[in-house]
Amino acid sequence: MKRLLMLLPLAIFLFVAVFLYRGLFLDPTELPSALIGKPLPAFSLPSVEDPARLITAEDIKGKPALVNVWATWCVSCKVEHPVLNELAKRGVNIYGVNYKDDTAAAQKWLREFHDPYLLNISDAQGSLGLDLGVYGAPETFIVDKQGVIRHKYVGVIDERVWREELAPLYQELVDE
Amino acid sequence: MKQLICGILMTLCLAGSAHAAIDAYEFNTEAERERYRTLVEELRCPKCQNQNIADSNAPIAMDLRREIYRMVEQGQSNEQIVDYLVARYGDFVRYKPPVNAKTLVLWYGPFALLALGLGVLAFILIRRRRAAASPSAHTLSEAERARLATLLDKKRP
Repeated sequence: MKRLLMLLPLAIFLFVAVFLYRGLFLDPTELPSALIGKPLPAFSLPSVEDPARLITAEDIKGKPALVNVWATWCVSCKVEHPVLNELAKRGVNIYGVNYKDDTAAAQKWLREFHDPYLLNISDAQGSLGLDLGVYGAPETFIVDKQGVIRHKYVGVIDERVWREELAPLYQELVDE
Repeated sequence: MKQLICGILMTLCLAGSAHAAIDAYEFNTEAERERYRTLVEELRCPKCQNQNIADSNAPIAMDLRREIYRMVEQGQSNEQIVDYLVARYGDFVRYKPPVNAKTLVLWYGPFALLALGLGVLAFILIRRRRAAASPSAHTLSEAERARLATLLDKKRP
């Protein structure tokens, strides 16, 4: 009994050490989205390509897709853009939310760097972004056929992130 | 010296403008202003790690201040406004997290530790008192007492 009691500090130390070790690899800037499992919020916003056309949440339904929040003022979006182009080439459905941006600048960006988006929603006031819980750009949501949000990724999607984190889920939704 | 004064003045100007950005909203009543102030001070900016919406200059914090102002003006209750933000950004935005299964340890863990500490303290105290009260340690048997008395009596002149 006494001997076991002597091991107690060591046990407590190990317990705390496990927590701290895990803490080393957590990213505190990553927020879990409150919207996982919920449908895309309702919206009715103009398209970037054709401001006369209104896009609603209904237009996003029908097939699993990535909904990518981007802007021309967002530096890391430029890094992400070629990856999105590549994914679009491979047949991944990508919708864009042009977040708090100037439509003319966005149109120029899409002309210059290629347009990987099936549709591009112009959210100049950031109202859709607010409903989506966006707090920066780029952010990417994975939505299923019914338009329900299944996953959120904050930050730049690169080949590794796609391969390890997003592709398996996307494939699962395609196969559903 | 001149440079120093200049520097101080510039800092003061910057500080002033930062506050102006927060207090630029016009309120109908003093109660609404007070409500707005409490809300922006109690809610956390999603982009920043440890700043409330009132203190942060991040664009998202500006948007949220505007949104909260709008809702306060509409006469929505504090709970409605907090719920609105929690629905979008999760419990992260609350500096005071709700009590649920996930936060149970956070809310009651300290009390459990306190109880554990008091328990250990009580255990030690009781053991010590018992040791002090036990006859073997400090009380003398009849025979010992008699012997002690004779020894003491002998010494007495």
